[in-house]
Amino acid sequence: MPSPYRDSGRANLQPRKSGYVARDFVLRHTEDVMKGKKFDPRRDYPLASKRPDLLRTISGLDFSEISLENVSSGKIACHEIRISPETLDCQARIAEAQGRFQLATNFRRAAELTRVPDQEVLRIYNALRPNQSTKEELLAIATEFEEKYGATMNAGFIRDAIDVYEKRDLLKKGQSAGENHG
Amino acid sequence: MDRSKRFELLERREINKDTFIREWPEMGLVNMESPLDPRPSLIVKKGIVQEMDGKGRKDFDIIDHFIIRHCLDLEQAQKGMEMDSIRIARKILDIDVPRRSVVKLIRGLTPAKILEVVKHLDTVEMMMALRKMRARKTPANQAHVTNRRENPVLLAADAAEAALRGFAEEETTIAVPRSAAMNALALLVGSQTGRGGVLTQCAVEEALNLKLGMLGLTTYSETLSVYGTESTFRDGDDTPWSKAFLASAYASRGTKIRFSSGTGSEVLMGNSEGKSMLYLEIRCLMCIKGAGSQGVQNGSISCIALPLSLPGGGRTVLAENLIATLLDLEVASGNDAPSSHSDIRKGAKLMAQFLPGTDFITSGYSSMPRKDNLFGGGNFDSEDYDDYLILQRDFLVNGGIVPVEEGDVIRIRRKAAQAIQALFEELGFPPITDREVDAAATVHWSQDMPERNRLEDLKASERILKENISGLDVARALGKAGYRDIAERILEIQKQRVAGDLLQTSAIFDADFQVRSAVNDENDYRGPGTGYRLEGDLHRKLTAIPQAGDPRLIAARSLDERTGSLLIEEIGPAVVGTDRHEVVIGLGPAFGTILVETIIGLSHADVLRELLRGIDEENVKARIIRIYDTSDCAFIGHKAAQLSGSGIALGIQSKGTTVIHQKDLSPLNNLELLSQASNLTIETYRAIGRNAARYVKGEPPFPVPSVIDNMARLKYIVKTTLMHMKETEQVIGSKPPQELRIEIP
Repeated sequence: MPSPYRDSGRANLQPRKSGYVARDFVLRHTEDVMKGKKFDPRRDYPLASKRPDLLRTISGLDFSEISLENVSSGKIACHEIRISPETLDCQARIAEAQGRFQLATNFRRAAELTRVPDQEVLRIYNALRPNQSTKEELLAIATEFEEKYGATMNAGFIRDAIDVYEKRDLLKKGQSAGENHG
Repeated sequence: MDRSKRFELLERREINKDTFIREWPEMGLVNMESPLDPRPSLIVKKGIVQEMDGKGRKDFDIIDHFIIRHCLDLEQAQKGMEMDSIRIARKILDIDVPRRSVVKLIRGLTPAKILEVVKHLDTVEMMMALRKMRARKTPANQAHVTNRRENPVLLAADAAEAALRGFAEEETTIAVPRSAAMNALALLVGSQTGRGGVLTQCAVEEALNLKLGMLGLTTYSETLSVYGTESTFRDGDDTPWSKAFLASAYASRGTKIRFSSGTGSEVLMGNSEGKSMLYLEIRCLMCIKGAGSQGVQNGSISCIALPLSLPGGGRTVLAENLIATLLDLEVASGNDAPSSHSDIRKGAKLMAQFLPGTDFITSGYSSMPRKDNLFGGGNFDSEDYDDYLILQRDFLVNGGIVPVEEGDVIRIRRKAAQAIQALFEELGFPPITDREVDAAATVHWSQDMPERNRLEDLKASERILKENISGLDVARALGKAGYRDIAERILEIQKQRVAGDLLQTSAIFDADFQVRSAVNDENDYRGPGTGYRLEGDLHRKLTAIPQAGDPRLIAARSLDERTGSLLIEEIGPAVVGTDRHEVVIGLGPAFGTILVETIIGLSHADVLRELLRGIDEENVKARIIRIYDTSDCAFIGHKAAQLSGSGIALGIQSKGTTVIHQKDLSPLNNLELLSQASNLTIETYRAIGRNAARYVKGEPPFPVPSVIDNMARLKYIVKTTLMHMKETEQVIGSKPPQELRIEIP
C-alpha cells in the first residue's frame, strides 16, 4: 500500500545503514499535499489559532466543527476527536524548522501510528521490550506495519531495533532463531 | 570521653538526620568524576562510528547504539569534538553566542565530551547557563494533586485550587490501580474549574496511561523512564527503542510526553558500572533526545538524597537540568521528592533552579499536605506556599505560583466540588452529598473529609474504562448540568489534542488556551535587558501578597480611637525648674496625640501612669513637658534634663523607648537607656520611674529587669520605622519645650 507520507515526509533525517543523520532543513514554502494550501512552518505556529483551516480530526471533521453544541447533540463521537496524520506532519515540519530533528521524526512516526489501533500499539510496544520477541516476530511486525498501515518509518525503526537487539542479546530465543543459526 | 554540649545540640539538628557518605567511585557512588568515566573520543569512518568515548564499535551497548543512531549529529561532531571543552563551556555562558548556536554545537558531542564541558562550570555559572539555555522563555511550575483516600471530591477541589494558584501542569497518581480513571477525571474537572488550559496527567503504568490519554482524560504523560546503563534498562524491562516507540504512540493520540531520568537510579539498582552518576545521566538524556521526546523531568527526582549524600550533589543535580536544556529539551527540574530534613538545605537547593528559572521549577510541588502525597513527594507542600511566594517577592522571580485570596480559593474549591457532584449525578456515579461539597471547600487534608464508599467509587472508576467515558462525554455532561464554562474548557482541551500545538517543546497553555512553547515563546536571553523579565501585571500580582499591609495604615489610629486616652493640655513654654527634688519627663512630639500606644501596644496613658507611680514611690516630684524640636530619644531626654531642677530627666518616645538623662552629660551619653521598646513591659516603666527618682536622691538605682529577644528587631523594624516617621512628622524645629497639664483617666 503506498504511504501518503513517503513523499510528503521531507524527512531531513535520512535513514541510513548507520542510522539517522541530521541534515539542515532548507526553509521553503511547501505545498500542503492534502489540500494544496500554503503552509509555512516558521510562521504558522500555533496551528490552533493561526491555521485552524489546516486542521481536521482523524475522521475528517473541521476543527471549527468541534463545538459543545455538536458534542451535546451527539453529532461528534469521542473516537473522531483525534489528531490526524496531516496535522502531525505539520507539527513535524514546525519542529524541523526549529532544528528539532528527532522531535520531528517522532511526530512522523506518530503520524503513521494514528492508523494503528490502540491494542495493536500496545502489543507492539510490549513486543519491543527486552527478550519479548524473536527476530522473526519483530520482522513480521515491521512488514505488517509497511503493508497494512503504510508505516514505513516505524518499520524502519523496528528493523533498526532488531539490528541492535541481535547484537546485544535482546531477542527471545525462538526455534526459528536456532534454525537460522544452523 | 567528654561531650561538648554544643556538639550534642548540633547532632540533634535536622540537617544531621540527612545521610552523608564519602565517595566510592568504583561502585558509582560519585557525582561527577569517576576514574572509570571514559575520556571523550569519536572516530567515524565512511559515516560509521568506529569508536565513541574510548569504546570500540564491537563493544557498544544498546545505549551507545541508540545515541549514535538517533542522537549524535555527525555533521556537527567534528567541529564540536575538536573544540576545547573549556571553549565550549565559555560559549555556553557567552551572552554573545545565541542559545541556538550552543544547541547546534552540543548536537555533535559525545556523552563524555558533554561531561567534560560541564565540569568546567561552577554552580553560579551553571545557573547563568540555565537562565540562557532553558527552552521556554517564561518559567512555570507543576503541581502534585493526590490524596490518601483517593477522594474524588477533594481531588477536584485541590486541583481547582492548584490551578488558581498558577500551576501550568498538574499530575495525580494512584493508591490502587483501579482508581486511575476516576482520579484522572477528577483532576481534569477540578483543574479546568480553577483555570482553563492547565495540563494534567495521571501517573500509572503505560498501557493504562496511554488509554487515559486516548480517552482525553489526560493531556500529558511523564512516566517514560530511561536509564544510563544497559543492565538497568533491562531491569526496567525496556529498551530505548521500546520507549521511543511509546513516545510516538502518545504523540499519535495528541498526548504531550516528557521522559523521566535522573542521577542515582543506576547505582541504586546496582548497575552503575563504576561510572559517575552525571555521566550516566548524560547517556539517559541523549537517549531521550534521540527518542524524539520534547522534554524530560530530571534533577535526580526520587533518588535526590543519593547525589546529595555525596560532595557536589547540589551542583550535579543542577548540571543535569542544564544538560537537558543544552540538548534543547524542556526540563521539569526536580525539587519534588524530599531532599533534606533541613529547611535551610531544601531552600538553598531550590534556589539553583528557582533563580535561573526552568520550564517547570519543580516537577511536582505538593499542592496539598505532604501526608496526602501519593508520589512519596512533598519536598515543598501546601504548608510552604507562603514561604515560596515570599521568596518570589524577595528576588522578584517568577517561580510559577501566584498569591491568592482565601475567599477566592474557597469559592473555586466549592465550584469544583459542585461540578463533580453534578457530573457524578449525570453519569450515574455514587452520589456526592452537599456536606462533602462543603467540606471540600475548606478542608486541609483527606482525613477531614466525610467518609465515602470507596468500593462504589472504584466501581465507577472501572465503568469509565469499560464504557469509554471520554473527555468529550465529561464536557457534554457538565454542559447539560449547567456548568457550561467548565464544559467549554474541557472541550477546548480535546480540541487542542487535535491541533497538536502542545506536542512542541516546552508547551503550556495560558488561561485563554494560547499555547506558549519554545516555538512561539523561545528563550531569547542574551544578557542584561533581554530574555524573561518579571514585569507588568505579573510583577504586581507576585509582589502584592495578601500579608503585605499598607504602611500608611500601620500604627495609625483614627481620631475616635485617639480621644479618651489621655487629656493633655499645653500651658505655656517650659522653664528651668527650681525644685531640686523633681524629675522632668520629656515626651516625644507625637506622644499621646497622633500616636497613643507604644510599639507593643501599651497605651501611653498606662505608660505615663506607671512612670509617675515609680517616681512617686520614691517621694520625688514629677513635671511633664513636651519636646518639639526633636524626635530622637537621647535628645528628648537631654533637653528635658536641661530644664530639670535636679538635672535628672526621663525622655520617652511615642514608640516607648526611654532614657534617663542628666543635664551635664553629652546628649549621646546617658544614665540608663532602654532602647528596645518592644521588650519593655508595663512593670519596666514603673521601675524606670523609680530609678530616675533614685538618681535625684543620689541613691543607687535598681537593675531594671529586661528581656533579651534577638528577634525583636526582625519583628518590629518596620513598625519602628513607621512610628518614628510619624513622630518626626510632628517635629516643629522652632517650637520650644512646652509645659503640660495631664489628666490620666
